[in-house]
Amino acid sequence: MTAGDWRGLVEGIPSLLGGLGINLQILLGLIALGFFAGIVVALIQVYAPRPLAAVAIGYEWFFRGVPEMVLLMLVYFGLRQFHVPISPFIAAVIALGLRSSAYQSQIFRGAIQAVGSNQMMAALSVGMTRFQAIRHVILPQALRLSIPPWSNEFSSVLKDTTLTSAIGVIEVFKRARFIMGRNYALALPTFMVVALFFLALTYLGNWGLGALERRYRIPGLEAKGAGERF
Amino acid sequence: MSLLVVEDLHKRYGKEEVLRGVSFTLEPGETKVIIGPSGTGKSTLLRCINRLTEPDRGRIWLNGEEITSPRVNIYRIRAQIGFVFQDFNLFTHLTALDNVRLGLIRVKRMPKREATERALRELARVGLADKANAYPAQLSGGQQQRVSIARALAMDPKLILFDEPTSALDPELIGEVLEVMIELAKGGMTMLVVTHEMGFARSVADEIIFMEKGVIVEQGPPEAIFTRPKVPRTAEFLRKITEFYGEQG
Repeated sequence: MTAGDWRGLVEGIPSLLGGLGINLQILLGLIALGFFAGIVVALIQVYAPRPLAAVAIGYEWFFRGVPEMVLLMLVYFGLRQFHVPISPFIAAVIALGLRSSAYQSQIFRGAIQAVGSNQMMAALSVGMTRFQAIRHVILPQALRLSIPPWSNEFSSVLKDTTLTSAIGVIEVFKRARFIMGRNYALALPTFMVVALFFLALTYLGNWGLGALERRYRIPGLEAKGAGERF
Repeated sequence: MSLLVVEDLHKRYGKEEVLRGVSFTLEPGETKVIIGPSGTGKSTLLRCINRLTEPDRGRIWLNGEEITSPRVNIYRIRAQIGFVFQDFNLFTHLTALDNVRLGLIRVKRMPKREATERALRELARVGLADKANAYPAQLSGGQQQRVSIARALAMDPKLILFDEPTSALDPELIGEVLEVMIELAKGGMTMLVVTHEMGFARSVADEIIFMEKGVIVEQGPPEAIFTRPKVPRTAEFLRKITEFYGEQG
């Protein structure tokens, strides 16, 4: 690489960082949508009457079965075809968020079932409604159990945000391609920088989730090494 | 007026009819002990009484109010019936104090300070004032069961149902739980207890109910049941269980 190439790379970094900011915004949006929708889908699957539970299972089957790229196209171009003025950013959050909700729902469903029916029965026995029991007894325990598998989902969707360039979101991957397009010699270093960004974010995210796991660990019930490194 | 009236209760799981027409009454301040072989419907009966399990047929009245009526608010009724489980079923993510006051705050809508005071009083009553901030996993089985009794007591129940409260405990921890229950009985609490602790049954119960195969085989005062049972099957069961558990249970 020449000195000019290096300068080109350094000059490109602010643009890449700006793009990464967009990836992070998409990530926050999709994780939040996936989290809340995922909990609702899981609760319906576990507690709702059979017909409603079947709808939730169908939802999960659809969003886990369709490739994310196809979902992005379906939401963005599909809605545009019906003259819904949706931005690529919002379409990305919705498509990836719904997909993530299907995966997250299975994390939460497993955790709710691991809490067990005895806790629900104990809550009902003191006069709580099912809703109160879920809110104050089941979910606080299930969410704790969800953190380790949830960190997997976090790492996965973090990287999925780069797919949104396919529907025109000018995020970090798209910007790296712009830089490469201007000077092909920058292809390798630029994508190395992008790779480093994601490695750092994955590390930070998992570190934060490990800290969360330690913070909410139930005294006396510590799984050996939970949230720690061996 | 009887505090609890159970009339012709039936419950079926698939092909098996677990309860086949159980009827009895419970007077205020009375302690009744239900004994009988395992799998005979005793736990199902208790769970039907606060409708944690829905009975298929039969009616139940608490203080004159029919609680099997479809119009009744079952949550309000459950708050008046304490339930102590075999496996304690404390809320594992909450301290002993929070276990006891959760129902007060969420169900009785008691202000937090008042609920805390009440919960601490109940923990002191079961001898666990110093364990208020311990989590269930940090307590022994006997301590957990005492917290669960405090949780039931805090709600000011009209009666408490005990479902084999000592069956999951190590032998040396059984005594501390039975002591608490004996104190409650002496204090006039209405209790319906399923247990294999024959010593407790004999010394504390006002009446014993012997159940088998989903029906009440015999009932009567402990002395009568233990010394001169009318039904041969009762005598046989008592002989076997005394051999196995010993006289003091």
